[in-house]
Amino acid sequence: MRLFGHTPPTSAWVGLTIIFFYASVVLLAPWIAPYGQSESVAGTWDPPSAMFWLGTDNIGRDIFSRLIFGARTTVAVALITTLLSFLIGTVTGFLSAVEGKFIDMMLSRFVDVMLSIPMLIFSLIILSVFGSSIPVLILTIAALDATRVFRLARAVAMDIVVTEFVEVARLRGEGLWWVMRREILPNAAPPMIAEFGLRFCFNFLFVAGLSFLGLGIQPPLADWGGMVRDNAQAITFGLMAPLWPAIAIALMTIGVNLVVDWILSINSRPSGASAEM
Amino acid sequence: MSAIYLTIEDLHVKSVSGTVLVDGVSLSLKRGEVLGLIGESGAGKSTIGLASMVYARAGCHITGGQVIVNGKSVRDLNHNDRRAVRGQRIAYISQSAAASFNPAHTLMDQVCEMPVKHGLMSPPEARTWALELFRALGLPDPERFGDRYPHQVSGGQLQRAMAAMAMSCRPDVLVLDEPTTALDVTTQIEVLALLKKLIRDHNMAALYITHDLAVVAQVADRIMVLRHGRMVELGATDQILHRPKQPYTTALVAERSAAEHLEGVGSESLRSEDVLTVSQVTAAYGETVVIRDVSISVGRGQTVAVVGESGSGKSSLARLIAGLLPRAGGDVRLNGNSLAASFKDRNREQLRKVQLIYQLPDVALNPRQTIGEIIGRPVSLYFGLPSVEVKRRVRELLTMVGLPENYTDRLSTALSGGQKQRVCIARALAAKPEVIICDEPTSALDPLVADDILKLLKKLQDELGVAYLFITHDLGVVRRIAHRTAVMFKGEFVSEGPTRTVFSPPFHPYTKRLIASVPETRTDWLDEILAQRSVH
Repeated sequence: MRLFGHTPPTSAWVGLTIIFFYASVVLLAPWIAPYGQSESVAGTWDPPSAMFWLGTDNIGRDIFSRLIFGARTTVAVALITTLLSFLIGTVTGFLSAVEGKFIDMMLSRFVDVMLSIPMLIFSLIILSVFGSSIPVLILTIAALDATRVFRLARAVAMDIVVTEFVEVARLRGEGLWWVMRREILPNAAPPMIAEFGLRFCFNFLFVAGLSFLGLGIQPPLADWGGMVRDNAQAITFGLMAPLWPAIAIALMTIGVNLVVDWILSINSRPSGASAEM
Repeated sequence: MSAIYLTIEDLHVKSVSGTVLVDGVSLSLKRGEVLGLIGESGAGKSTIGLASMVYARAGCHITGGQVIVNGKSVRDLNHNDRRAVRGQRIAYISQSAAASFNPAHTLMDQVCEMPVKHGLMSPPEARTWALELFRALGLPDPERFGDRYPHQVSGGQLQRAMAAMAMSCRPDVLVLDEPTTALDVTTQIEVLALLKKLIRDHNMAALYITHDLAVVAQVADRIMVLRHGRMVELGATDQILHRPKQPYTTALVAERSAAEHLEGVGSESLRSEDVLTVSQVTAAYGETVVIRDVSISVGRGQTVAVVGESGSGKSSLARLIAGLLPRAGGDVRLNGNSLAASFKDRNREQLRKVQLIYQLPDVALNPRQTIGEIIGRPVSLYFGLPSVEVKRRVRELLTMVGLPENYTDRLSTALSGGQKQRVCIARALAAKPEVIICDEPTSALDPLVADDILKLLKKLQDELGVAYLFITHDLGVVRRIAHRTAVMFKGEFVSEGPTRTVFSPPFHPYTKRLIASVPETRTDWLDEILAQRSVH
């Protein structure tokens, strides 16, 4: 079967299936979850049963339902963050490549400074100063992530800016926006799309990590990182409770990466197989 | 020993996507014989050259036929035995020497690597042999030449170093794939003569691959004409040049001889008002001055050619006029009004009137835009027409440059090189310019295609009265289309005037050298030139 003019390998199909599965869960969460995400419906850490498929958590909430709602928060926050970071990073990166030395210098040195501060420490400071709410969380991670996107967007655009068709457009008197949007963006798209998948994974894990530390998404909203933390102690009693959200995180990461690998391989593949030796 | 050394029988090569690259070509090569393979790009010349070592490029497979070297069928050999044939018995010299050397090792290390690796010579022996080759190839200061790195020597020297590398294992067959195409005409002669001498002195057989009939005429005993992976004609050099049997060969020969004769465009009476005037401009990259005190004017509807070798500053001049290269002094005027040094400071009307056509149409067209968008953009930008009008104008422009109207929805990547260049011309014309700066617009194209493009440019000039500033290294092109010509050498004009005057005695010494270096299809041309040079 072909997709966008290419035949995905088996691994990509596995990844696509996982992503499709998660996407449907995210969209249909209220209809498929048997209980509400903050409803306390049974005892602490009840084992899996016909009523509670994956058992219950530290305050008696249904883990299966919380996993389903958790997908919503975690995936949505990661997705919005990545979109925002790509918007900022791509525009500034392209600007840096197109606009000449001065702007490039200013932006690049600013990004260097940002990159020299560990991401986790930086966001811990911001979140403890402004308090952790979803908008602050999204803006903080997006701003930090945009510095990484900037580096790629600038590097890719630098190679395109020197081509003659861009020169033609500038000689024609085209404005900055046109050059960036019509001449550079379509040619920079393939590596940027692949990077989008990777950065989505990083952001997703980062949100989960922050939640685990208690600075991410706040209760009673369910999210996988927070669920791992809430149920972490259950592991000492030999219970499965913290593993379910951990598995959900792992599966999502693997699924996205499998698809990204495929997209990357389309871009880097030479026009044919290996030489006949 | 005089028997046939290399035989290729009924060779078939296909790409993985199923395109037939070589379709049943057979040839045989005796010791001491040079066979020229000639044809347009895509004719399968290089593929045959590589297949003689049973090698196919990435994405290609040899699907049928036999390659017999010294009585052994190479296709039946195992991997290790094949390696013994490659490099040792058959050596390959490619077009781009710069891409064939590893920039991190000295030339001597790279020339000696093969014989030492194959265990044919000890390192000191290999070194001695390499020095002998450097001397035979006329490289300067042979004892110390090998200590240099590839980027420290000139293109012509590097091409000779590559010949030395190919010769390092004393092969019996040389495959030369356009070895002089990337060189300037004056350098080409030297390399050509040395290669010819090398082949003769060592009594080797050679496959000489080129698209230039005049070059192959100098070195080959027989010529095979190829087209679309099939043999068109095979014959002795004299027969192919003077009594071609096939219509395609006739066209090739006719195109080449047309380039050797001056046509009647140099009418000095054509004195119109000047559209573009360049006066005493100077430009530099850092400390290096690339253009010194150059003045030239282009009249309305006129073609002015700037000729020179690579590094002469001719492309820099084009970029300076376009406003891409900052000028250190002088003035550029359009219709008498001074143009700002940088294109950023010019107004839209000024930008519209000066358009550029580039050497490589592949990189001059955005691969992600359709032909309709590419040509339509200048129309809507400069003239603000409604989209229906833009579409009509795009169709009109496509017809003008000889492309079908239904090409508007295609991406440029789906077109051939000649078609892409036509799109570039259409894009330039869409702005209704007064001057078009053509920077080597035909040098990346096959001869017959280039000829069509030149005819098209000439026709458009007659119809639209647009002026061309034509940058080129090809004197044949200049003679055919330029009203006036300037010869550029090391950033200065050494001679300027009506084409006819520039190319008639008395010549400037450099012009004379340039003219003498252009290969002619006469088979004795090279020997004649060399004889003349040794007299001086």
